[in-house]
Amino acid sequence: MAILINKDTRVMTQGITGKTGQFHTKSCIEYANGKNCFVAGVNPKRPGERFEKIPVFATVKEAKQATGATVSVIYVPPPFAASAIDEAVDAGLDLVICITEGIPVRDMIRTRYKMHEHKTFLIGPNCPGIITPDEIKIGIMPGHIHKKGRIGVVSRSGTLTYEAVAQLMEQGLGQSTCIGIGGDPINGLKHLDVMRMFNEDNDTDAVLMVGEIGGSDEEECAAWIKKNMTKPVVGFVAGVTAPEGKRMGHAGAIISGGKGTAQEKIETMEGCGIKITRNPAEMGKLLKSVLR
Amino acid sequence: MKIHEYQAKNLFRKNGIPVLDGIACFSVKEAVEASIKLGGEIWAVKAQIHAGGRGKGGGVKIAKSLNDVKDHAEEILGMKLVTHQTDKNGQVVRRLFIEQGASIQKEFYVGMLVDRSSQRVCLMASSEGGMNIEDVANKTPEKINKVLIDPIEGLTNEDIKKISQIISFPQCDLSEITTLLKNLYKLFNSTDASLVEINPMILTTENHFLALDAKMSFDDNSLFRHSEIEVLRDLDEEDPLVTKASKYDLSYVPLDGNIGCLVNGAGLAMATMDIIKLYGGNPANFLDVGGGATTEKVTEAFKIMLSNANLRAILVNIFGGIMRCDVIASGVVKAAREVKLTLPLVVRLEGTNAGHGKRILTESGLEIISANSMDDAARNVVTAASRGE
Repeated sequence: MAILINKDTRVMTQGITGKTGQFHTKSCIEYANGKNCFVAGVNPKRPGERFEKIPVFATVKEAKQATGATVSVIYVPPPFAASAIDEAVDAGLDLVICITEGIPVRDMIRTRYKMHEHKTFLIGPNCPGIITPDEIKIGIMPGHIHKKGRIGVVSRSGTLTYEAVAQLMEQGLGQSTCIGIGGDPINGLKHLDVMRMFNEDNDTDAVLMVGEIGGSDEEECAAWIKKNMTKPVVGFVAGVTAPEGKRMGHAGAIISGGKGTAQEKIETMEGCGIKITRNPAEMGKLLKSVLR
Repeated sequence: MKIHEYQAKNLFRKNGIPVLDGIACFSVKEAVEASIKLGGEIWAVKAQIHAGGRGKGGGVKIAKSLNDVKDHAEEILGMKLVTHQTDKNGQVVRRLFIEQGASIQKEFYVGMLVDRSSQRVCLMASSEGGMNIEDVANKTPEKINKVLIDPIEGLTNEDIKKISQIISFPQCDLSEITTLLKNLYKLFNSTDASLVEINPMILTTENHFLALDAKMSFDDNSLFRHSEIEVLRDLDEEDPLVTKASKYDLSYVPLDGNIGCLVNGAGLAMATMDIIKLYGGNPANFLDVGGGATTEKVTEAFKIMLSNANLRAILVNIFGGIMRCDVIASGVVKAAREVKLTLPLVVRLEGTNAGHGKRILTESGLEIISANSMDDAARNVVTAASRGE
């Protein structure tokens, strides 16, 4: 089954007519069952057009009604991206994946607040997306480095996730689902939410968790793992060398007032029984070592 | 983006948050003239830099005569002010703020920031005004009171009552503090601020509240809709290399080591720094070239790294996804030629078109150490850098 998405998932692209939206929708269509999965696009100004044979609708609601799509991926530019999420949430979609980087924090606070009364899950923003290898990819990751298998991957980063996947592949380990939850301070699914799903997923045997400085998501997830997780989890936390008070690329990657350091996260995670490597080149090996 | 105290106070004044009268100055002469204009018998001479802890570092002095103003201004202007928030070399003071004196009955701390775990704006207040709030948070967390603000309703009277009871504002009319805090929240929201701090906020002997200090910073993602804030940017306070990097859409943070890092993606860039450290090296910078690096971008990234005199070696670590390794390899070769690179260069390419990329590096005839893994790359660059010392 994997988690959240599989070959039967039906997806619409919000922002399908933009350069980024076109480029990545095309690459997603070309991946595994993508041709059947990507069924609609949304652009309020260009309904009736087609992109790669995919019909474009004016609204998410119309796209959902016409095609049955229950998942959306967003490539809309930052000033309009939060409203695009709102629209998908209001239309009652199951899952929204927002790739857009640079959304104003205040917009995200409002969007997340409004989401409380809805069932929709959000991945991102500022994330690479989600992939269930050999079935479907929704996002900007290179599909070809993945292979179907039984390891779950959850990470706040993009390329560091690809690095983790490549290391798993070197150990001969495929993945059930890989999720990049994004590098923004205000986001949707957190490590904890994804971990819970992996724990319940029959196709996942173990989880590789990649964290980074800033916030306390990793710590919260670690506490949950200690109490509830029935599968092995290993991890890496990026940013041991990051100085305090500087933003390290990701808007959320900042150590403030001595809180959110990698060292602190590593200690908490280890305290909760999670094996952590200090060496980002050994994530794959470490995971292999804990498989029963 | 950060702004100066006097700029934040101008915003305060316009938005109904009481402050003392004050004038920003760029010379000793202007400072004395400002004091005359402000009148009174006591003035504060305050260094304007983008860092806290200015008082402790000697950047804030009280003057009891115009001669004092002159002496203090001479001393502070041009000094390299070192505080717990600057680097060890300090920050050169280029601007002063001359402010009227105030009679203080009691000091408080008030701050607003975005709380990640609740995903709301958090109002913090403390009876321990004038102290380093991080110290208060560590030693006596019970002295800081927090309220999470509902994004739709905004700051309510209930919120303010709750805050006021716990930090026990003296028994005075609550309406003044209510107006002040509501105006502060309105300002925070309408400017897309990421942080506002008043430390201290004071109660004067005449029983009025006012902001004796003001610190504001803003969400970089929102500046596109705030030209009124963007004009307040003081480039003298920012590292010119960081500014230059951002023009090319490069995310750059200088560090104190000697190994330059050029990486795609923030997480991988941090991990690259970490592995260098793990093998006994020291990263000279964080540099994320982002998802769509062109030859021009890579060349600029090399130039930025190379303006650091401590640099002994460079590590390029690329995991090609959207970005193809052959494009990056061509960029690296061109950049190395253009800047006439003499330092050891280690390149690790993985992902999309990695093989093609490696061939381009080999065929370039340049002395490039091609690494097969992140581990290999880190070991090689640390060895190369230690040889260069």
